[in-house]
Amino acid sequence: MFSDSSLLPIIAILPFLGALVPGVMIRAGRTACASFTAIPTVLALVMLGTLAPGVMDGTVYRAEIVWLPQLGLSASFFLDGLGLLFAGMILGVGLLITLYARYYLSGEDPMGQFYTYLLLFQGAMLGIVLSDNILLLLIFWELTSLSSFLLIGYWKHLPEGRQGARMALTVTGAGGLAMIGGMLILGNVVGSYNLTDILAAGDQIRASDWYAPALILILLGAFTKSAQFPFHFWLPHAMAAPTPVSAYLHSATMVKAGVFLMARMWPALAGTDMWFYIVATVGLVTMVLGAVIALFKDDLKALLAFSTVSHLGLLTMLLGFGTPEAAIAAVFHIINHLTFKAALFMTAGIVDHEAHTRDIKRLGGLARLMPITATIGTVAALSMAGIPLFNGFLSKELMLHEAAHVTWYQNPWIVGALATLGSLFSVAYSLRFIFHVFGGPVRDDYPAKPHDPPFGLWAAPAFLCVFVVLIGVAPFLAQPVVRMAAEAVTGEELSFYFKIWHGVNTALLMSIAAIVGGVILLGLHRYLDRLWIAAPRPEAKTIFDGLIAGVVGWMRGITGWLHHGAISRYLAVFVVATLVVGVAAFLGGEMGQQTRALTPIPPVAPLGWLLLVVATVLVVVHHRSRFRALVLIGVIGLMISLGFVFLSAPDLALTQISVETVTILLLLLALHFLPKETPVESSGGRRFGDAAIAIAAGVAVAGLAYAFMTRDFNSISDFHLANSKSGGGGTNVVNVILVDFRGYDTYGEIIVLGIAGLAIFALMESLLAGPAGRRLRNADYTLDRSKDRHPLMMVVATRVMLPIAMMVGIFIFLRGHNQPGGGFVAGLVFSIALLMQYMASGFAWTTRRQRLEYHALIGFGVVIAGLTGVGSWFAGRPFLTSSFGYFEFPPIEEFELATAMLFDLGVFLCVLGAVMLMLFGLSRLARHAGETVNKEPMEYDPSNAVAAATTRERR
Amino acid sequence: MNHWIVAPVILPALLAPLIAFVMRHDIVVARAASAAGTVALAAIAIGLTVMAAGGETHVYYLGNWPAPFGIVLVLDRLSALMVLLTALLALIVLWHAIATGWDARGRHFHALFQFQLMGICGAFLTGDAFNLFVFFEVLLIASYGLMIHAGGKVRLKAGVQYVVMNLAGSTLFLFALGTLYAVTGTLNIADLVVKVQDSAPGDQALIRVAAMLLLVVFGVKAALVPLHFWLPATYSNAPAPVAALFAIMTKVGAYSIIRMHTMVFGPDNAATGSMIGDWLFPAAVLTIAVGAFGVLGARRLMPLLSYSVIGSMGTLLLAVSVFTPYGTETALYYLIHSTFSAAALFLLADLVVSRRGGDGLGVQRPTVQNGLFAALFFAAAIAMAGMPPLSGFLGKLLVLDALRGPDVIVIGWTAILIGSLITILGFARAGSVLFWKSTAAPPPEAAHEAEQGAAPVDPPSPASALAIAPTMMALALLAALTVFAGPVTSYLQDTSAQLHDTAGYVSSVLARDGEAE
Repeated sequence: MFSDSSLLPIIAILPFLGALVPGVMIRAGRTACASFTAIPTVLALVMLGTLAPGVMDGTVYRAEIVWLPQLGLSASFFLDGLGLLFAGMILGVGLLITLYARYYLSGEDPMGQFYTYLLLFQGAMLGIVLSDNILLLLIFWELTSLSSFLLIGYWKHLPEGRQGARMALTVTGAGGLAMIGGMLILGNVVGSYNLTDILAAGDQIRASDWYAPALILILLGAFTKSAQFPFHFWLPHAMAAPTPVSAYLHSATMVKAGVFLMARMWPALAGTDMWFYIVATVGLVTMVLGAVIALFKDDLKALLAFSTVSHLGLLTMLLGFGTPEAAIAAVFHIINHLTFKAALFMTAGIVDHEAHTRDIKRLGGLARLMPITATIGTVAALSMAGIPLFNGFLSKELMLHEAAHVTWYQNPWIVGALATLGSLFSVAYSLRFIFHVFGGPVRDDYPAKPHDPPFGLWAAPAFLCVFVVLIGVAPFLAQPVVRMAAEAVTGEELSFYFKIWHGVNTALLMSIAAIVGGVILLGLHRYLDRLWIAAPRPEAKTIFDGLIAGVVGWMRGITGWLHHGAISRYLAVFVVATLVVGVAAFLGGEMGQQTRALTPIPPVAPLGWLLLVVATVLVVVHHRSRFRALVLIGVIGLMISLGFVFLSAPDLALTQISVETVTILLLLLALHFLPKETPVESSGGRRFGDAAIAIAAGVAVAGLAYAFMTRDFNSISDFHLANSKSGGGGTNVVNVILVDFRGYDTYGEIIVLGIAGLAIFALMESLLAGPAGRRLRNADYTLDRSKDRHPLMMVVATRVMLPIAMMVGIFIFLRGHNQPGGGFVAGLVFSIALLMQYMASGFAWTTRRQRLEYHALIGFGVVIAGLTGVGSWFAGRPFLTSSFGYFEFPPIEEFELATAMLFDLGVFLCVLGAVMLMLFGLSRLARHAGETVNKEPMEYDPSNAVAAATTRERR
Repeated sequence: MNHWIVAPVILPALLAPLIAFVMRHDIVVARAASAAGTVALAAIAIGLTVMAAGGETHVYYLGNWPAPFGIVLVLDRLSALMVLLTALLALIVLWHAIATGWDARGRHFHALFQFQLMGICGAFLTGDAFNLFVFFEVLLIASYGLMIHAGGKVRLKAGVQYVVMNLAGSTLFLFALGTLYAVTGTLNIADLVVKVQDSAPGDQALIRVAAMLLLVVFGVKAALVPLHFWLPATYSNAPAPVAALFAIMTKVGAYSIIRMHTMVFGPDNAATGSMIGDWLFPAAVLTIAVGAFGVLGARRLMPLLSYSVIGSMGTLLLAVSVFTPYGTETALYYLIHSTFSAAALFLLADLVVSRRGGDGLGVQRPTVQNGLFAALFFAAAIAMAGMPPLSGFLGKLLVLDALRGPDVIVIGWTAILIGSLITILGFARAGSVLFWKSTAAPPPEAAHEAEQGAAPVDPPSPASALAIAPTMMALALLAALTVFAGPVTSYLQDTSAQLHDTAGYVSSVLARDGEAE
């Protein structure tokens, strides 16, 4: 069923949907664009209008759409008096601004973009005032920061615009983030993020331990948004925005968001000493400070900006008082300030638009040239000054009345005095606005000839001025609206009556003092201004820019220092971190007793150990000479293989030896293209430190190994031993683990090899095509080359060995399932046999004699292994389930065939292909470096010599 | 036995060699095959997610060996989610790579890409610690191949750092597994859960060492400070689609921590207790700081994005570090968000940087489509920095909400909120220089007059709709993640609950006595 409440989400979403319109409609012309931009606003306003009577009667409309229940975030909206007031203001002024901007923006400005941003902002603002969920409110809150960033930076070619936008985003964004914290705490205290619940739980909140942090964080958000001291400085710089933006965001709506929030949270947070001293004090300081600075600003918009700061301070102070009367005054002043300040901004915009300057010192005498504008400006400024019969007077009177009755730290007069002082300056700058811009003689040095703008431009401020006068003369007209909103703020029934004349009371006397003082102050302005200019005063922008630049520089320094690019340092950090956490973890737990006795050391073991140690030390000593280091690494590898033999792991030993051989061979070949010496890159101190780290890591690893080699433990290996023959069909458990129990791991590892081959191939391609390839072509290899590249002995020997090696490979492959061996080792043995062949006779010569494609080897290997695994699906078994059987083909004895063998074939092919592809890469390098392809298998072929001799003999 | 569980590994593993061998001479065929494979992977992933959504833990016994003796694949909600995430990201990235021609700038892109997918999916699906190592290797070597795709001096240098740091991590992985096996005698994760819980007091020291070493290993992958050093240079210099794909690589590390350190070394077992969280929390805070500092201090766009990735990993790991079901839930939400927002940023940066001719954050004349790129950058940056209305903000709120413990709330919240602020500033500065300040540079006519006589440089061609589509898709996914935050978190709640229900996992995996003959 359709209820009135369901209008709320529609109202909230309308501006966002509408934001899509201007971008398209701008193609139909500027007027069409503006008109269509107005449509969603008008629609929303109409819908709001249908709800207004209900709200006036005290109904609170609610609508909820579930969004993120885990968090307590829901898209819930509610509309009460305060919300209605603000929503009406946002939409109403929005409409006026749309009209105004149509005539204000020049033809060169992208108007579609402007209206899009404007509607986005309108939606965000509307969301804030309609949210019934504080998390939703946060979302809209941050959205206003973002959309105002876009609007302030709208004239993106202006540095002031960009910097102002960033400053506004920084300050309000920071406040917004603080507020996130505050709101989450608040929600935690109450147990709900629903505003209605929170407002009802004021006592609980104020009694909570978390009240202080929540209050401070939320106020940070409100103060930054509403430009309260000391966060006020961003607002004047936001004036770099086009004037419609200033009028809308920076006087009427966005900066009021902070005030709105304080008003909204009033029942939940207000009423404590803390609230009073923070909010009222900050408001008071802001009010006075803003008013003083405003008087000395020559830029019309800057004057209005600081005046806005001052009035926001006034509102904040009133809310800080925490009394219902103050709340009434605040609500009333919100309305009044909106009317006159928006009108003033628009007036300033008109002056700027027509006279091409906003500098008060270059203006004056405009009353005769642009009478309509002058009238509007004067009416609005008089209201701002608080002159009777204009609406500003009424709310100011209320404010002074409240201020006069506040005691601040047992001081009964200070607040009243300061408030009067603020009013005094307020009168002064308002009158300055009137007299220095419109008054005085007509000048002849305006940058452009001023005249009244078209109706479209002055219609909006004039409309607002109607309210200024109407409320000023007949305040009872505003009474129901103020009561509605004030009751929503305080949550209690209020009865009050607005009157123009209250009789002679303190407030009136203060007001008179302010007006008289203000007039005197304006008279003295010329002298005071000189003093002001001469006086040293902190420039917020310089401080802010310096601060940001400092922070950026600092962070840049830290980042650069941390990530300075040396891999050795990164590794050192990695090792140290590992050591620290490892040792800490170890010390934090209990270590059981050693359960295995140490075995006696056979005489050969220390010898091997010593060799290993010596070789390792020598590598460290000689690591700059790369060939020597490589040879020594080979020694280490062999010692490790022997270690495996010693520890009864023949499969591992076999694999290790063949891997060692292949890698050393390939590395030797690769080293040919690299510098033979490693340059000295680290200082002695560095090396000392690195050595310490390395030794510590080594000791830790040794300790760890010792710890678990001296303890007994149960493992799953027993199952493997028991099931190897019966389940896997092989007696070599290691091989059965590799191809069966954990065949999937092996599958992954051969793919790693295959990928490595592909990656090396791709790398080589891009290397040789780039500058590295050119360098290679021009490189001068200083080492003497052998005159006999392909020596006879080696060619002959490798040819003899080739079939033998292949037989060995096949043998190792076939026996693998039951004896040490298998596809991996077989692949390596094959590779070594071929490698030798290639080394002996040259790559190209050899390649011509074999037709296999290396990519194909890898491809086939991976595919065969994969398909073997997939094959078991057809037997209804999981991937890689093996099956085996015993067959008899006479005359061969009974033998076993296992699918694991097929898988092993895949392993074999993949290993072979990968090694060969690497070799291929190296040979490409060689040819690129100018190596010639030999036609003959060996440099000196005796058979040729014999043949030649025979030929000679025959002759 | 449902063979679909192994399909995300087998499909790319069989396709990749075919692309490498049969189709390596024709890029069109390779593209078609790779695209078809990735679409199929996505379809399978959706199927698996549906299958897992029921809440059952599906186990696939490879080689038909009973657990814990063989290797098992485990499909639960978490692994299904990660595979789906991978497949979706892969689709977006592949599309971008094809549309911008990145794939043709070096050899074997598609084969390596498929192998990479195989590695990532394998890591997510496995239920075996050693097998996880194997797939770490697969994805490392494939990612190295992808990272140096198309070559170039700086890229190769960064590639070396990447592979060396990660190989160091892999080596340590072996140490950790060795230690773990030496104490528990098993590598099956479910079995490890049981063995670690039932461990004798005397085993505690070694179990703790193994747990911490594993944390370091996964921390390297997840770019946890101080193990993150490889990331900035790698992401900044990798080809853009690869950098976008890498958005899931850091998540592999995070996933592994979530999987292993929640289930095996969770806070409720006597051996490790709160140790993991105690170390992870400060490291995550530092990670946020390093990321945020780097974003604001960056002089170039690509490092800026890289540091923003580090920062988001910090936030993610901060949520992980509390090791509560709710913390994991929020971490997973943030994980999804972080993946797509990083991808969107890197893909967009590619479009922009390739038209600007460099990623320096200096003033240049506006390039083509300035407005469009600015709008997209704005959206993607908002997402990454965690501003509303995109999922980054919701994710951040969720993480903050999860960090309510009295001992983490102050530092955790401060880190996240201040980190966000710095990140926002960094993005705002970069965006305003890239897209706004550039409009203040002299207009093209003036510049042409200035360099009269010199050959006019052709303006870069505008990006086609096809090239922009992947970026849009990533952003659209973020929008969907925002709008459907309720259903998504509800699913993640179930996911997290299933993860924390280790007993259910153990009984599912170890249930079968085995049918091996």
